[in-house]
Amino acid sequence: MGKIFKKPEALSDSPTHYCPGCTHGVIHRLIAEVIDELGIRGRTVGVSPVGCAVLAYNYFTFDFQEAAHGRAPAMATGIKRVRPDLIVFTYQGDGDLASIGMGEIIHAANRGEKFTTIFVNNAVYGMTGGQMAPTTMPNQHTSTSPFGRNVDDIGMPIKMAELLAALQTPGYIVRQTVIKPKYIVKAKKAIKQAFVYQLEKRCFSFVEIVSTCPTNWGMTPGEAVKWTEDVLLSYYQLGEYKNPEKVSGDKHAN
Amino acid sequence: MGKKILMKGNEAIGEAAVRAGCLNYFAYPITPQSEVAEYLSRRIPEAGGVFLQAESEVAVSYMIFGAAGAGARVFTTSSSPGISLMSEGLSYITAAQCPAVFVNIMRGGPGLGGILPSQGDYFQATKGGGHGDYRLLVMAPASVQEAVEMVMIAFPLAEKYRNPVMILGDGLIGQMMEPVEFPDHLRTDPTDKNDWATTGMEFRKSDKPNIVKSLFLDPNALNENNLILKAKYDRMKAEDIHYESYNMEADYKVLIVSYGTMSRVCRTAVDNLKVNGFEVGLLRPKTLFPFPEKKIRDAAAKDSCQVVISIELSMGQMVEDVERCVQGRRPVKWYGECGGNIPTPETVMDVVTSLVGK
Amino acid sequence: MQTEIMFAGFGGQGILMSGKILAHVAMEQGYEVVWIPSYGPEMRGGTAYCMVVISNKPIGSPIIKNPSHLVAMNQPSLEKFAPHVKSSGVVLINSSLISIGANRKDIDEMMIPVTDIAVKTGNVRSANIVALGAFVARSRLLDFNMLRRCVQEEFKNKRAFLPINQAALEAGKKAVTEIPYVLNKQKISALT
Repeated sequence: MGKIFKKPEALSDSPTHYCPGCTHGVIHRLIAEVIDELGIRGRTVGVSPVGCAVLAYNYFTFDFQEAAHGRAPAMATGIKRVRPDLIVFTYQGDGDLASIGMGEIIHAANRGEKFTTIFVNNAVYGMTGGQMAPTTMPNQHTSTSPFGRNVDDIGMPIKMAELLAALQTPGYIVRQTVIKPKYIVKAKKAIKQAFVYQLEKRCFSFVEIVSTCPTNWGMTPGEAVKWTEDVLLSYYQLGEYKNPEKVSGDKHAN
Repeated sequence: MGKKILMKGNEAIGEAAVRAGCLNYFAYPITPQSEVAEYLSRRIPEAGGVFLQAESEVAVSYMIFGAAGAGARVFTTSSSPGISLMSEGLSYITAAQCPAVFVNIMRGGPGLGGILPSQGDYFQATKGGGHGDYRLLVMAPASVQEAVEMVMIAFPLAEKYRNPVMILGDGLIGQMMEPVEFPDHLRTDPTDKNDWATTGMEFRKSDKPNIVKSLFLDPNALNENNLILKAKYDRMKAEDIHYESYNMEADYKVLIVSYGTMSRVCRTAVDNLKVNGFEVGLLRPKTLFPFPEKKIRDAAAKDSCQVVISIELSMGQMVEDVERCVQGRRPVKWYGECGGNIPTPETVMDVVTSLVGK
Repeated sequence: MQTEIMFAGFGGQGILMSGKILAHVAMEQGYEVVWIPSYGPEMRGGTAYCMVVISNKPIGSPIIKNPSHLVAMNQPSLEKFAPHVKSSGVVLINSSLISIGANRKDIDEMMIPVTDIAVKTGNVRSANIVALGAFVARSRLLDFNMLRRCVQEEFKNKRAFLPINQAALEAGKKAVTEIPYVLNKQKISALT
């Protein structure tokens, strides 16, 4: 009897440093599986962010570059423009992408750069210790919003998929989650589709993955899954927001 | 060597990069260097390379980082406020040991300052600008022809050291036209970067991933990386100090240290003073880092030399390095302007003659 | 020997182009040359000027306090720069737009209605070329035939404008012959 479950080749043997109940490990694995299935490990370059995934290159077995905070889309642009034969993806969190790196992601998406962004949205700054992010929910308590996010003061959480889908340039923009197996299957499909669009030199592709951060949310992993499903998913709705197959018009998909 | 062509400095800088074998350019417009991007927006596509106007200088510096990290020859051009924005990226690029070329056609600062020539970014270029212990190899051209040659040798130098090289010109270098030639022998082939760059494992037939990074959480590892950088800067000091001496065989009473456009004004002043029997030596650093430390120390110590003066388009930046080199052997003075006006030879003559008794 | 020529006028009068063509002529004749523009906001309608430095040895300072010659295309330029011109220099005054003289006895002053001449030859925009032709003819700094070649070169990608600018160049040259020398012709500072 052959092996029915094995570690993807694109994933290294290093144990990750991620907290119990964190979804980074699942997302890493999905990316690795997709890279294996597409047979592109030898020509893939990942760009790691500043955030919990800064050491992502320790967990994969292909080339990586490490960006400054928020700048991964600019780095990926540089790589992909000079080496269009490489497969390039950025792996970014919500503090990185939706706050300090807002300019870089919007313009990379708007230029239609032919790389893929995996956007891990857990509604909080993880690595720096649970500060408020642009994606933090109204009234959510964080270390810099100890009384809860006050939307009168700081505005509403930013919906990145919707924001990028509003651009007129064609792209593949989708939001999924990995908190339960039924979602994981869809998330993997989206990640694979994103890489396929890149391989076809079609468009910029963006997969937002609503994720957990039990440590900084002050929850058990189980509570974190429930809170994600109850609170985050009702605001960050899953689905495909843009697809290059459909002609992009003024009305965007939902 | 081809025929001489009359070219604006900014356009010649763009052409020089192409002739040097660099076809990848990312930039953001800013006066007084926007002509580089305008020129290359036509020239690079024709040569089959990558031209991209980015959304900001911040993004530019990371496009450069990404491209250099993937093993490509790449460069950008900007002017002072833009270089401030790129300084974050320069720190990362240097830490990750990627070769790249940055051209700064300086304008007056601080803040928005002005758009006229300045040398106010001397500290920024030679002492850092971004955070952390890093240096750039900095070359300062005094003519359009020299700018061309420095751009062309900047690429192999950046690759030799795996470190960014900066060409530090003032606004006039970018804006003036002079006849130039593009020496064919300065064209070089990029070095093989497969041992460290993210060139793709299957393309370099390797199973070992290459990681381009600047994070070293282990204090010993970070110290080790900084020692590697320091060793490179020491090697630059040993192998790549360049300068020009002018009238230094004479028994000069005053030694001028000056670079870039300002040094040309000083050269005319030296000539005019010589006619009047007043000998002045002129030492022009062509590399600002590494700095011609020993040469300045020795030149200041010459018996006839009574005083050393740093003349620069700043409020006294290079003078601190000159003082460091002279080590108190002679008085060290400063003269400069930093609003956009360039002192005339007549002004320099007055300043220099007033330093010593008639 | 070094000589410096300043072209000055309104932005849009082709000041920078006149200087560039002159610099090109000098280069073709084997001289060292530097062309320096004023740049920045002046480009959009304010005063524009450029300096051309020509020498038979490497040029030191590109910054010139007192130019040898001046081509003034408007009155503010004349007022600003004429006092600084070296003795014996040529000062060309576009009398179509300037109602005053340089008020100096030690220079070779030429009042030429270059704008009117340009209109007569077909296009007001070639006034800069009229002035260039007049200046080179009078100063004898550089070879007029080489100037003709460089004008042709300048318009090689704008062929439609070549004939009118060639006519402007000759009209400028002709205008000079009608102006008597006040200064001794030999004294006018030359290159060699």
